[in-house]
Amino acid sequence: MLSRRPAFVHSVCTRLLHSRPLMASDPGRPVETSIRAKLTRALQPEHLEVHNESHMHAVPPGSESHFRVLVVSPHFDGLSLLQRHRLVNDTLKEELSTRVHALAIQAKTPQQWAKDPSLGKSPGCLGGSKGDHTVQQKLQTEQS
Amino acid sequence: MNNLMWTAGRCLRSGSAAFFLSRPVDGGVRLASARLLCAASSDIQKDLGEMVKKDKVVVFMKGTPAQPMCGFSNAVVQILRMHGVDSYAAYNVLEDQDLRQGIKVFSNWPTIPQVYFNGEFVGGCDILLQMHQNGDLVEELKKLGISSALVDAEKESK
Repeated sequence: MLSRRPAFVHSVCTRLLHSRPLMASDPGRPVETSIRAKLTRALQPEHLEVHNESHMHAVPPGSESHFRVLVVSPHFDGLSLLQRHRLVNDTLKEELSTRVHALAIQAKTPQQWAKDPSLGKSPGCLGGSKGDHTVQQKLQTEQS
Repeated sequence: MNNLMWTAGRCLRSGSAAFFLSRPVDGGVRLASARLLCAASSDIQKDLGEMVKKDKVVVFMKGTPAQPMCGFSNAVVQILRMHGVDSYAAYNVLEDQDLRQGIKVFSNWPTIPQVYFNGEFVGGCDILLQMHQNGDLVEELKKLGISSALVDAEKESK
């Protein structure tokens, strides 16, 4: 049914299906809140998704150590994949040097997002974080 | 504490004069650990400069290609395997914390895995996956003189 609608309606429906409301600051999720705020401020995204994937990894429940972000922004026009990812990394430099252990990034222009509005999927954990003292240190930073 | 002093001493003897102040999210300032001092030490950075150029394809990963210890590192191994790239230099950062921190400084890239082609930083798992999906990886391997197994398989099926 969706495919028989005019293209702009399809696009709006797809965006509604995939968009998430901008969440108010959540004291229980400070890292996620910070990531969302910084990416919004730096890249003025048309669409932004921030997913805490820590539960998929060998870290305690409630951790904020592993994230996936999807950023759709005209700022990425003309930039290579590497340049886009470096832009996201630089924006989240503080989080990446303190609390965030892993960050999966999808950085698309609005045109690319319109053609392929899909969120990537992270591979399954192979337990590397278990007993990893650098992850433990980051989690302690988070809890203190 | 003694371990910290010894590590700092080793780095100072190697000639590193750099130190880092890391700023946590709450705005305070604290001196980074001696491990970060070591990561920036000229010896390690020099070694890495040579390591990334010694082989056409170099991967810094968690675990080994035979036994990856991280899903993202495993994804890199699987993608390379799909393209028939079985012979490459793989460095296990879990075995060496100086290497683990050092490569992040060297590449100015905060996460592992990290992929280099002909001494040039390509990116991490996400970038390699997208290159695989959009066909760029086949082209980049061609520039290295590596014919992707996927191209060969396609030719054979025609």
